[in-house]
Amino acid sequence: MDFKNAAELLALCEKEKCPISEIMKRRECDLAETTNEELEARMRKALAIMRKSSTDPLTAPRRSVGGLLGGEARLVERHRQEGKSVCGNALSRAIAYAMGVLEVNSSMGLIVAAPTAGSSGVVPGVFLALQEEHGLSDEALLAALYNSSAVGFLAMRNATVAGAVGGCQAEVGVASAMAASGAVELMGGAPAQCLDAASTALMNLLGLVCDPVGGLVEYPCQYRNAIGAANAFTAAELALSGVKQLIPFDEMLAAMYQVGRRMSPELKETAMGGCAATPSGCAACEGCG
Amino acid sequence: MSFISMFDVLGPNMVGPSSSHTAGACSIALIARKMLGEPVRQVDFTLYGSFAKTYRGHGTDRALLGGIMGFSTDDERIPQAYALAGEQGVSYHFSYNHTETDLHPNTVDIKLTGAEGHAFSLRGESVGGGKIRISRINGIAVDFSGDYNTLIVVHKDRIGIAAHITRCLSEGMVNIAFMRLFREAKGDTAYSIVEYDGTLSTDVQQKIREKEDVNQVMVIPIQEEK
Repeated sequence: MDFKNAAELLALCEKEKCPISEIMKRRECDLAETTNEELEARMRKALAIMRKSSTDPLTAPRRSVGGLLGGEARLVERHRQEGKSVCGNALSRAIAYAMGVLEVNSSMGLIVAAPTAGSSGVVPGVFLALQEEHGLSDEALLAALYNSSAVGFLAMRNATVAGAVGGCQAEVGVASAMAASGAVELMGGAPAQCLDAASTALMNLLGLVCDPVGGLVEYPCQYRNAIGAANAFTAAELALSGVKQLIPFDEMLAAMYQVGRRMSPELKETAMGGCAATPSGCAACEGCG
Repeated sequence: MSFISMFDVLGPNMVGPSSSHTAGACSIALIARKMLGEPVRQVDFTLYGSFAKTYRGHGTDRALLGGIMGFSTDDERIPQAYALAGEQGVSYHFSYNHTETDLHPNTVDIKLTGAEGHAFSLRGESVGGGKIRISRINGIAVDFSGDYNTLIVVHKDRIGIAAHITRCLSEGMVNIAFMRLFREAKGDTAYSIVEYDGTLSTDVQQKIREKEDVNQVMVIPIQEEK
């Protein structure tokens, strides 16, 4: 079982009468010659790493190697605990988790690239926050992860997830699309709604440049992971409410890829444009190494 | 197109901060360690391009040193690689080449000597998302990815060696994914590089080694460790 694009994925879901997560699992078993048990054990391990890297920094902040980050996740969590959150509990948690993962990543801690290290906070942030808010099981979270990996696979296959090739829209944009799709399945949505949410999430970050200060995976990456999570929440909310998405995911992905290729090299991970080229950005990283 | 697994999307499990500058660097060095087949005593790294420019903030140096000691990308000892290298008696040296710019931006040359005196050099490129490419062995241009189990046979450039290798593999029921030959010059040292599925028994390795003009057989297991 395999699929080349979102249209084929949807057709398979309809034919087999099962969610995206199930199709992705069957594909993996077929093509990687693995079993459901092996696959689940591996994904549980990934989930455990995601959970630890999301939650540890809430109580034990870590300083990044380049020195630009440290303690942001705890600040957001404290603010929420004081009952002052603007976003509400679920979204505030998602933001704190997403930023926490980037804090772990930038201090040489253990994370799961999802789909990249620079965008590794979005998927765990969204799923773990929804789990706490709605009391969901780990099994449900595993399904959301399988679902999101189908969206990420399509992006890797048919476009790019490298900031150096497509800008931040290819990293945090794709991560956000993955999280949005998984969130819709997690909350009981249909496969078509999952892919609508993925399309919306990608659409809303189209054109986002990759402009890391000092060339390091720290700033603005961590903040962008927070917005990737918030964007996934919004996209999932729209899809689950029945708001239609005009442009199918396959077309949105092609648009993202085209925008990425047209983007100037200064805006693709070279640290020569955007935030990286601002006076304050340059001044901040003089001692980054 | 090579297969993209769900664990290529949600993965690798890795010590941060960068899949190319940290995880990829670690994987290149780990392959070098496996090719050597014995603990490393002395290692020289030369970093080029973006590796040379941003290694400190990305922990590229620590990831390389960790890989040389046999750590994989998710080994949480990578940040302490310098201290551990000291404890294990691995002597290391880093140089940073800022002048050669026509290489892949994330390139490293690794020259290593083992505890039993074997030595060789390798050039690796980190091509994105943790994926890598080995582009030179002992100065000879080669090309393999480290995605598959890999067999490297060092031999004289002679008629019949490739046939010998494929015969041994087919008799050992080993399926070849990719096979390529590289040579220094006609009649000189050559490298046959076979990326294969499944496992390659020591019997098959021995059989390949028995042929005249075969100098060395190296096996780099990748898949069973995932």
